[in-house]
Amino acid sequence: MDVLLKVNGTEHRLAVDVRTTLLDALRERLELTGTKKGCDLGQCGACTVLMDGRRVLSCFILAVAAQEAEIATIEGLAGENAPLHPMQQAFLDQDAYQCGYCTPGQILSAIACVQEGHANSADQIREYMSGNLCRCAAYPKIVAAVQQAKPLMEGS
Amino acid sequence: MRPFSYQHPRSTMAALALAAQHVARPGEARRPAPARYLAGGTNLLDLMKIGVDHPATLIDIAALRQEHGRIEADESGLSLGALVRMAEAAEHPAVLRDYPAIAQSLQLAASQQLRNMATLGGNVLQRTRCNYFRDPSWPACNKRMPGSGCAAMQGVNRRLAVLGVSEHCIAHYPGDFANVLAAFGAELDLLAPDGTARRIPFEELHRLPGGTPHIETNLQPGELITGFRVPAGPWTRRSLYLKIRDRDSYDFAQASAVVGLDLQDGVVREARIGLGGLVAKPWRAHAAEAALNGQRLDRAVAEAAAAAAFQDAVTHGENAFKPELGRRTLVRALLQAAAMEA
Repeated sequence: MDVLLKVNGTEHRLAVDVRTTLLDALRERLELTGTKKGCDLGQCGACTVLMDGRRVLSCFILAVAAQEAEIATIEGLAGENAPLHPMQQAFLDQDAYQCGYCTPGQILSAIACVQEGHANSADQIREYMSGNLCRCAAYPKIVAAVQQAKPLMEGS
Repeated sequence: MRPFSYQHPRSTMAALALAAQHVARPGEARRPAPARYLAGGTNLLDLMKIGVDHPATLIDIAALRQEHGRIEADESGLSLGALVRMAEAAEHPAVLRDYPAIAQSLQLAASQQLRNMATLGGNVLQRTRCNYFRDPSWPACNKRMPGSGCAAMQGVNRRLAVLGVSEHCIAHYPGDFANVLAAFGAELDLLAPDGTARRIPFEELHRLPGGTPHIETNLQPGELITGFRVPAGPWTRRSLYLKIRDRDSYDFAQASAVVGLDLQDGVVREARIGLGGLVAKPWRAHAAEAALNGQRLDRAVAEAAAAAAFQDAVTHGENAFKPELGRRTLVRALLQAAAMEA
């Protein structure tokens, strides 16, 4: 089927097998490999992207069903020579990863967590970030990174 | 995943017309290829990927949010459209204030990403997490392959059900929200492919496994859930959902309890009790309610109600701990609800 995907502000026309997930379309067809495939069964959060500002799992969305949404991936957060997004910078500053595989999903989920108003305490961050697993267990530093980025994102 | 045809109707009538093409007409020998409505996709695509479900057609009903995506609350009750997302209902001010058990059952389920995708209609229809159902390499599962047996009875079953089970199936209903709908006496709005509307008690949506665990609901072929109606009562405001899990977040319940109380001067005028995590279908504990009504609610009365709720429990090996866990969960929930300021 022919689909039109709007990713990071750019429209892409492509022909896909109807079974193609948004995750596979991003990675295999648009070469946006920042979005990671972990479990591919909606359990790990590595494939988290934003759809119309909401964080969702791209492994559970068919590409044909994603056509009317604005999709944001890790590649769209900062331009080539522009400063990093405050959440990206916070993950660097806080050393909030080891292997880095879950990190793009963590960062997009964390941005949405702040925007939803669910980052008001360490406990609340842990609860609302629980859909992003980190097998290196960098969890304490991920919480610290969200706390660092929150005031910068809110402009205070 | 097997190939399928993808349909994207723009209206309810168009969706029903598509569904009608996949429903067998009386007297017709040909069995049409199975179709499924696709809403949030968080359970259906999962089951298609692991080879448990293989519909020939997906009817994507995302566009029906215009018609069935609203939350409306008035003095008589709460109306929830079937395409409302879990996260939307969990954070709606009227739900948080007047139906706390509903808000909590949704907040404590899944992850924020899944709650942003999954709809209420799809949520109540989610399938069991029994490992033998979810892995087609196991030859025995009466739910997946009628008549093949049940590998779970002698197997890894600590997540599975102890209430409502049969000798053919001990699969659990894994959801949370549906247990609150059952306890609160909610109703379900349905549309048949020919456009016929009906409203049924939510408790009648799911079936007990009995001898036919592969037939999970009383929905007619092609019937579409359009919404839920929850009548308001003193018990909806003084209510809570207590969920006990192996890990503290993002997990299914091992045991859960819905408690709603109409309480006056410490005496229960009317109780609404539901159970989850160890039940074969969304569960209203009528025997526990009867043990509470008219009683002054203290620990002894709560323990008697919990005993009544689990008097018919049947365990299999690993899940022998669940009746005791379920009783303690209900006792704690009852005492917490009694102490609420409502």
